[in-house]
Amino acid sequence: MSNQWNYVRVHPLIVRITHWISAFSIFIMVFSGWRIYNADPFLGFRFPDAWTLGGWLAGALQWHFAAMWLLALSGLVYVGYGIVSGHLWRKLMPLTPAAVLRDFRDALRGKLSHADLTVYNAAQRAAYLAVIILLVVLILSGLVLWKPVQFQGLGMLMGDYEGARYVHFFAMAGVVFFVVVHVVMVLLVPRTFPSMLTGRVRTRAS
Amino acid sequence: MKRKSMATSLDDFSRREIASLERRLFMQRGLSLGALTMLSGCDVTNQENVQKVLWAMSRWNDRVQGWIFDPDQLAPEFPESRITQPFPFNAFYSMSEAPVVDPTSYKLEVTGLVRDRKSWTLPELYELPQVSQVTRHICVEGWSAIGKWSGVRFSEFLQRIGADTTAKYVGFKCADDYYTSIDMPTALHPQTVLTFRFRDRILPREYGFPMKLRIPTKLGFKNPKHIVALFVTNDYPGGYWEDQGYNWYSGS
Repeated sequence: MSNQWNYVRVHPLIVRITHWISAFSIFIMVFSGWRIYNADPFLGFRFPDAWTLGGWLAGALQWHFAAMWLLALSGLVYVGYGIVSGHLWRKLMPLTPAAVLRDFRDALRGKLSHADLTVYNAAQRAAYLAVIILLVVLILSGLVLWKPVQFQGLGMLMGDYEGARYVHFFAMAGVVFFVVVHVVMVLLVPRTFPSMLTGRVRTRAS
Repeated sequence: MKRKSMATSLDDFSRREIASLERRLFMQRGLSLGALTMLSGCDVTNQENVQKVLWAMSRWNDRVQGWIFDPDQLAPEFPESRITQPFPFNAFYSMSEAPVVDPTSYKLEVTGLVRDRKSWTLPELYELPQVSQVTRHICVEGWSAIGKWSGVRFSEFLQRIGADTTAKYVGFKCADDYYTSIDMPTALHPQTVLTFRFRDRILPREYGFPMKLRIPTKLGFKNPKHIVALFVTNDYPGGYWEDQGYNWYSGS
């Protein structure tokens, strides 16, 4: 056994930057979005005002329509880079339902190994792919809500303006669920946190 | 000497405190607890800067929406069976406070960059060619409702008054002291209609008697009711809600 540490780069700089910009903008989008929802709580409940951003509807809309640029641009850079460089494919594939089920079951039993942080397990791959898709759905349904006349073709795919409100809400709920699980997982495996800052994980040289 | 300087500095200190308190009270409207938590590392000045950035982004969004706006893209129209009943009343006051306009003495005042500044009576307006639409009204709050409105195409009216259609804005003043303004491309859109009727009956008081500018390509608050004056201008006229922070363009 050697005492040498090896450092493996797992997160390229562009991924780290877009991760944190996206995280920041999702934070703003969610909490301002809850305030906007409260102006007409069509699902029959309200978010506590203290959990919202913007102070009133106009303020929340200002935050929402400012942060949407951050989210869309960082998302575009991330997905564009991920596709062109092959990063997305390398990290998230292969992905089979059987592997996802197996790793998900193991995770619930606390048996999922996180020894090798350079490779995502199937549950992680599924979660990361799902949140990317959810964010795409959020942006598309958001476009329909913002411009229901100009993007009415897109709107028809989600039940017009009123349908897009539900799509937008439940995609948000999915992203919030992801964020909660994601943060809990980072707390359970704290070694993953510095790697999203430095880009590297430490492995013992053998 | 020492006492005096100490008193002065105390005085300065309390003035600063009051100014900062006033700023903080002002900021509370725009920044909730969540934002303050997030920005706890910044001082008050930076929070004012945050407000400036948000307003600048809203102006940027006005421009982007102007680019996205397609003058040939029509808002969807619906069969009359889809009309929302009852159609919701919405204003910054309660229904009983809606303005009462006397139809016999009413005149629509027309000013600004127009050839003919004569005022219009209601019978004169009713004689103009009328069109109808069944469209979705979308409120900035999120809800929507389908209604039927009839009146004269606004582009037709602008043509009759000899409006300078190269001007940037059309502004509106209303009997309830509401005011708003729209961009010229939207004013000329074929579905932008100066309406006098709702569901084939004279526009009731709660829906904007004697007229409402119906713009299905804009949010509800950009559709002024109880209009008493309109003007064509190149100077940004703002609006009742717009001046408080709602996005000016607010196009659909």
